[in-house]
Amino acid sequence: MHQKFLGTPLIGAKHGAGLDELTWYIHMLMFALFVGWSLYFIYVLYRFRASRNKKADHTGVQSHLSTWVEVGVAVTEAVLLLGFAMPLWANSVRDFPAENQSIVIRVIGKQFNWVPHYPGADRTFGKQDIKNFTAQNYLGIDQKDPAAKDDVIVYTGSEVAVPVNTNVIIHISSLDVIHSFKVFPMRVNQDAIPGMSVPVHFFPTRVGTYPINCAQLCGVGHYSMKGTLKVMETADYAAWLKKNSGAASSADYE
Amino acid sequence: MDIPYTIEPRRDTGLYNAKVGIWLFLASEVMLFGALFSSYVLLRVGNNAWPHGLLNIPIGTFNTFVLITSSVTVVMCWANLKLHNFGRAKLYLAATILCALMFLGIKTKEYNDKFIHYAIRTAEGKEITGHIEGDPHFLTLKKLRAQKVETISFAADPEKDSRGHETKEAKAEEKAHAGHHEFKPIKVSDLTYVSSYVPSHSTYFAIYFTLTGLHGLHVLGGALVMTYILLFSNKMWKAQPERVTNRVEVAGLFWHFVDLVWIFLFPVLYLL
Amino acid sequence: MASTHTTHSAHEAHVHQHHEPGFWSKYIFSTDHKVIGLQYGITALVFLLFGFLLMAAMRWQIAYPNQAMPGVGSLLQKLVGPDMVANDASGKPGVMTPDLYNSFGAMHGTIMVFLAIVPLAFGAFGNYVVPLQIGAPDMAFPRINMVSYQCYFGGGVVMLASFFIPGGAARSGWTSYSPLATVADLANRIDGQTFWLVGMVLLITSSLLGAVNFITTIIQLRARGMSWMRLPFFVWAQFVTGFLLLLAFPPLEAAGVMQLMDNVFDTSFFLPTGLVVSGVKMDVSGGGSPLLWQHLFWFLGHPEVYVLILPAMGIVAEIVACNTRKPLWGYKALVHSALAIGFLSFIVCAHHMYLTGMGTKISTFFQTTTMIISIPSVIILTALFLSLWGGSIRFNTPMLFALAFLPMFGIGGLTGLPLGFNASDILLHDTYYVIAHFHYVVAPGTIFGLFAGIYYWYPKATGRFMNEAWGRIHFALSFVFMNLVFAPMFIQGLSGMLRRMADGGATYSLANSVGVDGALSQFIIDLNKNVSMAAWLLGLAQIPFIINFFWSIKHGKKIENDNPWGATTIEWQTPTPPPHGNFDKEPEAHRGPYDYSVPGAPKDFSPQNQPV
Ligand code: HEA
Ligand code: HEA
Ligand code: CUA
Ligand SMILES: [Cu+2]
Repeated sequence: MHQKFLGTPLIGAKHGAGLDELTWYIHMLMFALFVGWSLYFIYVLYRFRASRNKKADHTGVQSHLSTWVEVGVAVTEAVLLLGFAMPLWANSVRDFPAENQSIVIRVIGKQFNWVPHYPGADRTFGKQDIKNFTAQNYLGIDQKDPAAKDDVIVYTGSEVAVPVNTNVIIHISSLDVIHSFKVFPMRVNQDAIPGMSVPVHFFPTRVGTYPINCAQLCGVGHYSMKGTLKVMETADYAAWLKKNSGAASSADYE
Repeated sequence: MDIPYTIEPRRDTGLYNAKVGIWLFLASEVMLFGALFSSYVLLRVGNNAWPHGLLNIPIGTFNTFVLITSSVTVVMCWANLKLHNFGRAKLYLAATILCALMFLGIKTKEYNDKFIHYAIRTAEGKEITGHIEGDPHFLTLKKLRAQKVETISFAADPEKDSRGHETKEAKAEEKAHAGHHEFKPIKVSDLTYVSSYVPSHSTYFAIYFTLTGLHGLHVLGGALVMTYILLFSNKMWKAQPERVTNRVEVAGLFWHFVDLVWIFLFPVLYLL
Repeated sequence: MASTHTTHSAHEAHVHQHHEPGFWSKYIFSTDHKVIGLQYGITALVFLLFGFLLMAAMRWQIAYPNQAMPGVGSLLQKLVGPDMVANDASGKPGVMTPDLYNSFGAMHGTIMVFLAIVPLAFGAFGNYVVPLQIGAPDMAFPRINMVSYQCYFGGGVVMLASFFIPGGAARSGWTSYSPLATVADLANRIDGQTFWLVGMVLLITSSLLGAVNFITTIIQLRARGMSWMRLPFFVWAQFVTGFLLLLAFPPLEAAGVMQLMDNVFDTSFFLPTGLVVSGVKMDVSGGGSPLLWQHLFWFLGHPEVYVLILPAMGIVAEIVACNTRKPLWGYKALVHSALAIGFLSFIVCAHHMYLTGMGTKISTFFQTTTMIISIPSVIILTALFLSLWGGSIRFNTPMLFALAFLPMFGIGGLTGLPLGFNASDILLHDTYYVIAHFHYVVAPGTIFGLFAGIYYWYPKATGRFMNEAWGRIHFALSFVFMNLVFAPMFIQGLSGMLRRMADGGATYSLANSVGVDGALSQFIIDLNKNVSMAAWLLGLAQIPFIINFFWSIKHGKKIENDNPWGATTIEWQTPTPPPHGNFDKEPEAHRGPYDYSVPGAPKDFSPQNQPV
C-alpha cells in the first residue's frame, strides 16, 4: 500500500514492499517536519510583521522547545536507520541465498545493450580470458573449455529471462564504461563497472515483462539502453533457454 | 589605511600574514600529495603484479641527501639573515638553489634512463626488457611499422628474479662480457609490443612519473622563487631587512615541505 | 554595480594620496577587493545566464524529443555543427543529438557549480563584503586576489572554448566518471574532456588561492575588538567555505591530473585491464580502477555542495537579522553548526556511491555520517526560523528572497534524507528525485540567497537602491516558476523516471514499451512539457532583474544615508561606495554584530563600532 501512496512503480519482488515501507516512513518524517515548520512560518510572518509589531523584542524565543524537536528528529532518524535501513541493506547486500538453491546468471553491460550469460545445465560458466577475444566472441569465452559448451549467451535483444518464485542471483559487470542495471519493479539497482563483477539477488513473485533501465550515463546511447527482464513460469523459462541455447556457439554478433 | 601585519606579527596569533598564508597553502599541498599517495596505495593493492627493482636505489639515496642538505642550507640562510650578515645568507641561499638544480639534474638523468629502456613482447607473449642499439627515445611498434623498419638490434637485460635482484647466472654472464650489452637482431614482425618505460607502459610507471613529476615541478618552483629572492632583495634588505627574512622563512617552509614529500616518496617508490 | 561611483566626492579625493589610477589598473588589473568582487560578480552572473540558456535548450529536447527547436534551431546548428544539431524528418535544422544533450547537461552542471554559484557566493560576495565586515582595509594578499580572478576567468574561457573544438564540449556529466570520460571521444586526442580538465585545473587554482587569501584575511585582519565570537555569521560561513575549498579541491586536482594523463598520454589510472570499447580491445596497460576516480571526485563533491549553500546561509542570516530588527536566535549554535558541517562534510562523500557494490560496513558508516550531518543543517535552519519570533519583520525585496530561502532549503534538505538511507537510495538513485533534491537547494535555495544579497548590498556598492516594485515582481514570478519547475520532478523521480535521458525518458514510456509492466505513464512523460514551460517562463522572469540591475546604477533611488537599511554590521558604517582602503580611521568593534532593539538604546540598532 505504501507503493500507492508514493506512486512508485509496481512491485514484483519479495523485498520490494519492505523497501517502499522504509521510503514511506522517511517521507512521513519529512512531511511532519514540513507541515510543522510551515505552520509556524506562516503564523510568525503574520504575527510579527512590522505593521502589527512595531517594536522588536531584543531577546526573542526563550523556550527550548526547538531543541526537543531536533532531538525528536534525531531519534526518529536513528529508528529508521537501525530499524529499517540497515536490515534492508544487509538483506540485499549480505544475506545471499545459497547458490545451489538459486538461478545464477551473469549480465554484462556494454555500450548500449545488456548481454545475459547463462551457465547451462552444468551450472558452471565457461572460462573467459581476454586472449580469446575476437570481434564475434567479445566476451573472450574459451571455446575449448567443456563447461562453456552448454552456456547460453544471448548477444542481441537485451533480453534476460528468469523463473518466477525462485531466488535469482545476477552477477553484474561491464565491458567498456560504467552502466547501472536497474529494474524498478524488482527494486534492484547495481552499477555495472568494468573490471568488477558485483552480484545482486531478488526473489521475483510476479510473472511479467519489466524494463531494464541503464541508470548511469554511459555515452550517446544511454537513453536508449533499455532491456527487458522476463519473469516466466519455470516451464516457459526452460523453453526460452533451449530456444536461445544455440546462441553461444554461433555468436551472431549484431 | 594599508594592510597591517605584513611584516610584524599580529599579537594574538603571533604570525605575520605570509606565514599564515604559507601554512594554509601547505595544508592544501598535503591534501594534493595525500590524494596521490592514497591513489598509489589503491592502484598497487588492485594490481597483482607490481614491478620491483626498476629504480636505481643508489642514485635515489644520493638525491635524498642532496635535498636534505638543501633543507639545512636554507635554514642556515634564514639564521644568517636573523644575525644580519646578508652576504653569508646569500651564499647559503645560492647553495640551496644549487642543490635544487642538482636534484633536478639527477631526476632528468633518471627519467632519460627510463625513456631509453625498452620492454618488448614477442608473439608468444613473453616480455623481455633491455636496450635498443643507438638508445632511441619513445620508440613504439607503430613507429617501427610506420618507418618500415625490418629488424632492431636489442640487448636484453641480465636475468632478474622476481624481487628484482640479478640471478647468479646473470652475474656470471655479465662478468664474462665485462659489463657491455650484447646486441642481437630481432625481426619487427615477430614483435607484438614495443615500448620504453613511459607512463603508458604500466600503472607503476604512470603513478611514478605523476608523483615524481609533480614533485619535480614543486622543486623547480621553489628554486625559481629562491633565485628571485637571491637576485632582487638587495634594495629591500637596506630598507626593510625583516621583509627579506620573512620571505626566506616562507620560502624555507615551502622548501621543507617539498623535502618532506621526497622523504615519503623515496621509500615508497624506491624501497618498498 | 558594474562601475564604481564615477563622480568622486571631495571627501574621497584626499584619501587618494597616490596618482589617480587609469581605467586599466582601476577596473581590469585592480587589486582592490571591492573591484575584484564586482569582477567576480559580473562574470559569474553572465555564466549563470549561460548555464540557464544551456538548460533552456535541454528542456526543449526533454519535452519535445527529436523535434526541431523553434527559432534558434538553425543558429544552434551553425554554432556547433550538423553532427551536433541535426535536421528533423522534414529537413528543418534544430534537433538536438544525444551527444549535444549530454554535453549541454555536463556543461550546465559544471558551469552552474564551478563558474556561476561558487564564484558569485565566494568570489563576489566574499571579496566585497568580508573585509568590510571585519574592519579590514583589503584582503591580506591583494595581488594574489587579482591572480585568482584571472585564473577563474581563464578557466571560464577554456570551458567556453571547448564548445567550438572538434568533437564539442565534455559530455560525461559534471561528474566525468571514467572510463566514459576517456573513451567518450576517442577520435580526438585533445577533446572536450581534456579542455574540461584544463579548465578545472585553472578553476581549482583560482579557488585555492582565494581560500588561502580569505582564511588569512579573516584570521589576521580583524579590527581591534573584533573577537571570533563577534564576527557576523556571514564571515563565519565564508570562513568555513574557505576551509572546504582549501582542503577538498586538491584531491580533485590530483584526479584531474591523472585523468588528463589517461586522456592524453594513454595511461590507465582509471581504466581496468581487458577494456573492450565498441568491439575493439583498448590498447592500454590497464590495471587502473574506475572507482578511484569516483572516490577522489566525491571527496570534493560533497564538500563542494556545502560550499554552494554556506555563503547563502550567511547572506540570509544577515538580512533576517537586519529586517526583523532583532538579534539572530542562537548565534553560538549557528557558528558551531557551520563548523560541524565543515568537518562532517569530509566523511559523508560515499553516499553518492551506495550502488557501486559497497559492503554493509562501509555503507552503514556513510549512511550514519550522512544522517549526522543533517543535524547541523537542521539546527541552522531552526535558528533562522526562530529568529523571526518576536521580530518586527519588514518585507522589502532582499527580505522576501531571504524568507523564501528558508522553506525552499528546507524542502531541498529534507528530500536529501531518503537519498541518505542506502535502502531507499536503491529506488531513487539516478532518478529525477535526485535532480529535484539538489535543485531545491541550489535554485530556490542558493540563488534566492544570492538574489537577496544583490538587492541588499547593491545600495552600498552604487549609492542607489534597485527598484523595489520590479524587485517584488522578480521575486513573485521566480518563486512561482521555481516551484513549478522542480516540484513535479519529485513525482517523476518517485515514479521511476531517470536523469540524463537525452529523450526525456520517451524510450521508457508506455507508448514505446508495448507489453511491458512498469513503463512510465503518459502523465509522467507529459509533466516534462509543464516543467519545460515553467523553466522558460522562469528565464523570462529574470528579464526585469537584469534591466533593474543595470538601469538602477544610474537611475535607482538615491540612498539618504550610508546605512539605508539601518544595519549594525561595520560594512554599513563606511562611505558609499567605500573608498580604496575602506576606512579613513581604523575601525574598532565594541559589541556583538546584531545589537538590534537594545532596550534603552537611542535607535532600534546600535552599530558594532559604536562604543557601549
Ligand atoms: C547545496 C547543495 C546541497 C545540499 C545542501 C545537500 C544536502 C544534503 N544532501 Fe544532497 N546533493 C546535492 C547537493 C546538495 N545536497 C547534489 C548536487 C547532488 C547530486 C550530485 C549528482 O549526482 O550529480 C546531491 C545528491 C545527494 C545524494 C546522492 C543521491 C544519489 O545520487 O543517489 C545524497 C544521499 O545521501 C544526498 C543527501 C543529502 C543530505 C542528507 C543533505 C543534508 O545536508 C540536508 C540537511 C537539511 C535538512 C534535513 C533540512 C532540515 C529542514 C527543517 C529543519 C525544516 C524544514 C522546514 C520546511 C520545509 C518549512 N544528496
Ligand atoms: C549548482 C547549481 C545549479 C543551478 C543554479 C541549476 C539551475 C537549474 N537547473 Fe540544473 N543542474 C545542476 C546544477 C544547477 N542547476 C547540476 C550539477 C546538474 C547535473 C548535471 C549532470 O547530470 O551531470 C543539473 C542538471 C539539471 C537537469 C537534469 C538534466 C538531465 O539529467 O538530463 C535539469 C532538468 O531540468 C536542470 C534544470 C535546471 C533549471 C530549470 C535551473 C534553473 O533554476 C535555472 C534558473 C536560472 C536562473 C534563475 C538564472 C538567472 C540568471 C540571471 C539572473 C543572470 C543575470 C545576468 C546579469 C545580471 C548579467 N538541471
Ligand atoms: Cu548503459 Cu547508460
Ligand atoms: Cu553528497
